[in-house]
Amino acid sequence: MDIAAGLLQGFAVAAQPANLLWCFVGVLLGTIVGIMPGLGPPATIAMLLPLTFLMDPASAIIMLAGIYYGAKYGGSTTSILLNVPGESASVATCFDGYQMARRGRAGAALGIAAIASFIAGTVGVIGIMLIAPPLARMALAFSSPEYFALMALGLAMVVLLAGRSMVKALLSMLVGLWLAGIGTDLFSQTSRFTFGRMELLSGIDFVVVAIGVFAIGEVLANMEGREAAKALPVPKGLRNLLPTGQDLKDSRFAFANGSLVGFFIGVLPGAGSTIASFISYGLEKAVSRRPQEFGTGVPEGVAAPEAANNAETGGALIPMLTLGIPGSSTTAVLLAALVLWGFKPGPLFIGENPALFWGLVASMYIGNVMLLVLNMPLVPLFAQVLRTPAYVLYPVIIGIAVVGVYSTSGSLFDVWLLAAFGLLGYVMRKLDYPSAPLILGLVLGGALERALRQSLMMSDGSVSILVSRPVSALMLSLALLVLLIPAFGKLNRLRLQAIEK
Amino acid sequence: MRAAKADFWSGLALGGLGVYIIAQAWQWEYLGNDGPGPGFFPVWYGIAMAGLSLALMVSSVRSAHAETIDWSGAGRAFATWAALAVAVALLKVAGFVISFAALTFFIVGVMYRRPLWVGAATAVLAAAVFYAVFALALGVKLP
Repeated sequence: MDIAAGLLQGFAVAAQPANLLWCFVGVLLGTIVGIMPGLGPPATIAMLLPLTFLMDPASAIIMLAGIYYGAKYGGSTTSILLNVPGESASVATCFDGYQMARRGRAGAALGIAAIASFIAGTVGVIGIMLIAPPLARMALAFSSPEYFALMALGLAMVVLLAGRSMVKALLSMLVGLWLAGIGTDLFSQTSRFTFGRMELLSGIDFVVVAIGVFAIGEVLANMEGREAAKALPVPKGLRNLLPTGQDLKDSRFAFANGSLVGFFIGVLPGAGSTIASFISYGLEKAVSRRPQEFGTGVPEGVAAPEAANNAETGGALIPMLTLGIPGSSTTAVLLAALVLWGFKPGPLFIGENPALFWGLVASMYIGNVMLLVLNMPLVPLFAQVLRTPAYVLYPVIIGIAVVGVYSTSGSLFDVWLLAAFGLLGYVMRKLDYPSAPLILGLVLGGALERALRQSLMMSDGSVSILVSRPVSALMLSLALLVLLIPAFGKLNRLRLQAIEK
Repeated sequence: MRAAKADFWSGLALGGLGVYIIAQAWQWEYLGNDGPGPGFFPVWYGIAMAGLSLALMVSSVRSAHAETIDWSGAGRAFATWAALAVAVALLKVAGFVISFAALTFFIVGVMYRRPLWVGAATAVLAAAVFYAVFALALGVKLP
C-alpha cells in the first residue's frame, strides 16, 4: 500500500465521528495534563489504560496519542505564565516565554508556542508517514539476534541519557528486567520469583507498575510542598493572543530548526523531548543575530524549543511502531497499550494493521488542527485549570489510579502492589534513580529474554551468533560504545551537560 | 542525609536483590538440550545487579562530594503514603467509597490543613463523583 492510499484509508478511519470525538478528548486531556505541573503524559496514559479495554483499539490509540502530543502543547502554558514547566520538555520555554509574559507579552508568547507546536506537530506526522513504512520493511529482515541487539542498543541509549549516574540508570533498568521476569517462564513453565504467591504466577501487570511509579510517585513527590506558584495574568481576547508579523518573521527559522531537530532526536531512543528542546534552543541562539538577547524574552526563544518538543512526538512513535522499541516512558506505555489490546508492534505492524497505523497518523493531523483551534482562543480558559487546588487534584489522581488498577484485574493484591510501586517511584526520585530505564526494562524484558534464548537455540548455545551477524554485531558494538561513554572524560562531560540542562 | 550515604544503603539493598536473584536462578536449569533454561537470563542480570551495586557502594564510600538529599518534605510524602496504605487495607472491609472519602479527608484536612468542613465536603463530593462516574455511568467495578 502506498503512502497516498494509506493516508486516505487513515482519514476514513480518523474522520469517523467516534474517532473524532476520542481525538478531541485526547488532545483536550493532553492539554490539561500538560498545563498541570506534576502530572505527566505517561502517568495519565497509564491511568487511563484500563478504561481503554472497553474501547475500539483505533479509538483508544487515537485518544492516547492525543494525550501524548496534546500535553506538549499544554506544557508551554505554565512555562510562560508561571515559570513552572508543566513537564520537563517545557523547561527551555521558560527562559524566554516567562520573560515575554513579564513584559506584558504573554499573549504573543502563548500564540508563538501554539503556532510552533502546530507546525512541528505537522512536520512530525509527515516524518512518520514517510519514514515508518520503509523502516518497517527494512526491519522485516531482522531475526532474533538482531532484535536482541536492537533492544540492547535501545536500552543502552535510554540508560545513557536517563540520569547523571549511569550506574544508577543501569540498576534501575535491571530492576525492570527482574520485574519483567516475575511469573511463569513460557519456555519451561517454571515459576520464577513468585514468593509462593498465586497472584504473581501470571506476572506483574505493566499497568500497576506504570501507574504506581509515575502517578502515585508524582503525587507523593508533589505532596512535599504545600505552596502553589502564582500565575501571571492571561490577556483576554483572541487578538491579544496573536503574535505580531515581526514575531513570526523573527521565529521563521526557529520553526524549521525546532521541527527538524525535534523529529530526528525523537527517533533516537532515550534522547527525548527535553534534550530536543534544549538542543534546538541552543542551535537557535548559536545562529541568531542577537544571541545576547536570548533569555530576555525573544519570540524565537519560545518557538525553537516548543517546535522541537512537539516534533519529537512524531519521531518517537517511529521506533515504537515499526521496531517495537520504545524510546521513552510515554512510548513504553503506548507500546504496552498496543500489546495489551492484542497487537504486536514491530516490522509487521503496519502491514497487518494498516487501518490502525494510518488512522493514527491521520488522527494526528486532525489532532494538531484541533490543538491549534483549542489553544489559541481557549488559553485563558485552560489557565483556569491552574487554579484547581492541589488538595482536590491529588486525591482524585490517587482515586483514578486505584480504580484503574482494580478494574484491570479485579485484584486487591494489585492495589497493594500499586501502593508499593508508588513508594518505590517516590524513593527513586529522592535517591536520583531514573524511572525511565525501569519502565523500559519492564516493557522490553520479556522480549529481550525471548530474543536471547531464541538466538542461542539457533546457534546451539553459542553466543557467537550475536556477533557473527553484521547487523547485530554493529548494534551490540554501538550499545557497548554507548555504555563506555562515561569512561571518556570529554564525552561524559557532554552527556552530563545534556542531562543537567 | 548525605547523598553518598543514601547511595551506599540503596546499593546495599540492590546488591541484596542481585544476590537473591542469583541464588534463585541457580536452582533453575541454566542450559538444557533445547537451549538456555529459565535460569540463564536471571543469572546474568543478577550478576550485573550485584556488581553494579558493589560499584555504587564503593564509589559512595570514596565520594568526597558533600551533596545532601533534602528530606524536609519527605515526612508529608510518607504520611500520605501511609494514609494510602491504610485506605487500601480498608478497601476489603469498608469498600472504595468510604476508604476513598477517608483518604481525601486526611489529605485535605490534615496534610493541607483546610477547615474540617472543607475536608468533609471535598471527601463526600469526590467519593460521590467517583461512584457516579465509574460505578453508575461507566459500569466499572469498584474495589
